[in-house]
Amino acid sequence: MDVKLWTWILVGFSFAIYLGIAIWSRAGSTKDFYVAGGGVPSIANGMATGADWMSAASFLGMAGLISSMGRDGSVYLMGWTGGYVLLALLLAPYLRRFGKFTVPDFIGDRYYSNTARVVAVVCAIFVSFTYVAGQMRGVGIVFSRFLDVDINTGVIAGMAIVFFYAVLGGMKGITYTQVAQYCVLIFAFMVPAIFISLMLTQHPLPQTGLGATTAEGTYLLDKLDGLQKELGFAAYTEGHKPMIDVFAIALTLMVGTAGLPHVIVRFYTVKKVSDARKSAFWALLFIAILYTTAPAVSVFARTNLLETIPGRSYAEVPTWFKNWEHAGLIAWLDKNGDGKIQYDGSGDPFAKMEGAAKLAPVFAEGDARGASGERVLLNAATPARNELYIDADIIVLANPEIANLPNWVIGLVAAGGLAAALSTAAGLLLVISTSVAHDLVKRTLNPSISEKGELLVARAAAGVAVCVAGYFGIRPPGFVAQVVAFAFGLAASSFFPAIILGIFWKRATREGAVAGMICGLLFTACYICYFKFGLPGLGMGDASQWWWGISPEGIGMLGMLVNVGIAVAVSLATPAPPEAVRDLVERVRLPRAAFGEEDSGPVAH
Amino acid sequence: MRNDPSLPGEEAKSRYWKKNLSWLGGLLSVWFLVSYGCGILWVDALDRIRIPGTGFKLGFWFAQQGSIFVFVVLIAIYVKVMDRLDRELLGKND
Repeated sequence: MDVKLWTWILVGFSFAIYLGIAIWSRAGSTKDFYVAGGGVPSIANGMATGADWMSAASFLGMAGLISSMGRDGSVYLMGWTGGYVLLALLLAPYLRRFGKFTVPDFIGDRYYSNTARVVAVVCAIFVSFTYVAGQMRGVGIVFSRFLDVDINTGVIAGMAIVFFYAVLGGMKGITYTQVAQYCVLIFAFMVPAIFISLMLTQHPLPQTGLGATTAEGTYLLDKLDGLQKELGFAAYTEGHKPMIDVFAIALTLMVGTAGLPHVIVRFYTVKKVSDARKSAFWALLFIAILYTTAPAVSVFARTNLLETIPGRSYAEVPTWFKNWEHAGLIAWLDKNGDGKIQYDGSGDPFAKMEGAAKLAPVFAEGDARGASGERVLLNAATPARNELYIDADIIVLANPEIANLPNWVIGLVAAGGLAAALSTAAGLLLVISTSVAHDLVKRTLNPSISEKGELLVARAAAGVAVCVAGYFGIRPPGFVAQVVAFAFGLAASSFFPAIILGIFWKRATREGAVAGMICGLLFTACYICYFKFGLPGLGMGDASQWWWGISPEGIGMLGMLVNVGIAVAVSLATPAPPEAVRDLVERVRLPRAAFGEEDSGPVAH
Repeated sequence: MRNDPSLPGEEAKSRYWKKNLSWLGGLLSVWFLVSYGCGILWVDALDRIRIPGTGFKLGFWFAQQGSIFVFVVLIAIYVKVMDRLDRELLGKND
């Protein structure tokens, strides 16, 4: 059977499972809708958290990024998993004990202020939308490349599925679907990795295969370093970014992921605090399976790529090359007219189009073809010898094809990519709908709304959110890539310090928290805008002006320090929080039973 | 229920919190050492050492795999320790 048929079968089968689960686990109450009734077993919650956490970026994007960045790509591996440690140790147990539905709820109650609540809601919604747009792009890529449907149709199909189970099932539907999605995505990620690991190193475990020898007897990593240097690329296992920037980016990613609202909310779905801690452990274990395999996949793919492509004539390239060229994610500009593909480290093959945010190929209308049969590019050539452009996003998807694996494996990877994108999108949509229905309508605008009314608002909000997300998927704003830097930077400089101070420092006051969040956010947003888009009246900055060499991706670290500094200073200058709030903090720190209360349900105060 | 004598007193509660904080401090120090220490700050020095029998340079291994394994262990320890602290505080043996 061919790839397309396999893909249709595997994707169709996995979608049928998701829909079946959605129908089986419909939400009946707001508690079902927001937190799945609060009684999900901790292993299941761990899997769901894993699927929620691992987005299209983790599944499709990360290994490709590492593949092109080498050791500098470690910031993503350490940043995303290390942030998880912060979340599990510093946030999850306390927020679970607090026992309300959302992060803005905690911020609003802890800082006895609706202003703080609204600031938190706005941050949560902004961060979530940024993220959802990225997931929808992932769905679009998979559909357009493997199922040969138009990207728009693909995005609409993805939207329809998410809409169905998120709106119908709420958190309950999402949780059990995510368990299934975790199984699909981890299987889809591991199968090709194990295959390729066996082929290259005879090790079944990709984790050890990465450090093993190849058939010629040299270590795989040494071989890749050799290949890279031969072609003028920098050595794979060495770092090239300045250390301070790597440090800042890693810290921003860690603190930013720890503050992502859709993952925090997952800890409300278990019965008690000790279960929240356990499910945090399970989740990281499940995440670690993929995250320790990803660096191996990067190296396998890079090695295979460098052995297959450079110096080959276009007429003889494997089919996958032409397929991805057709999808617009590989481009070749035959600068010296020899019909062979020169791929080396001499620089970008062509310039970005005027006004474009990043380098991307733009092809001539009507599928025009050049002398060797390649797609004609409109981008201007650069003086560099390099002729090849490869989008990092395709590495994971193309990997099984590059390694010549059976067709069903390729279909499986497509189903896995969709599982990763849909599970994260659903979690985020739920955060948006909860933030609107619960934090905005119920707690701020119309506290007398009935349970039924609130549920209706939540469903409507989820519906609107799906449509907006789909719109961004079909018409991605040109700045999607830049906006991702925003999501982490803003989460790092807003939520995280406010929650941590709220738990660990009783003296933190309303004024301090609000001032800290606003200053942290503004500082980070201005820095990113100045270097990414330009600010009115100031123009656009370039890399030589970065403070201490910290790139916009890493600025969340400073934003966080600004937030903490201001929050502490303002808190000390304003009256201490009321007795009831200090009492609340006291309770959040200790097991519920120490106060003679049941271990589920919200904290009494 | 508030003043039930079977509930832990103020002193036990504050002891629980202090122990919790010192465990957090310890675990997060290890967290910092393996990721920012071994994976970023000292990575080049560690790269001069190879893990015997493999192609891994030590710093590279910490940055791409080792730190993640340590993270999993850290959370496992935390789960165990907190369950024990909970039992000590509440005087239950379940």
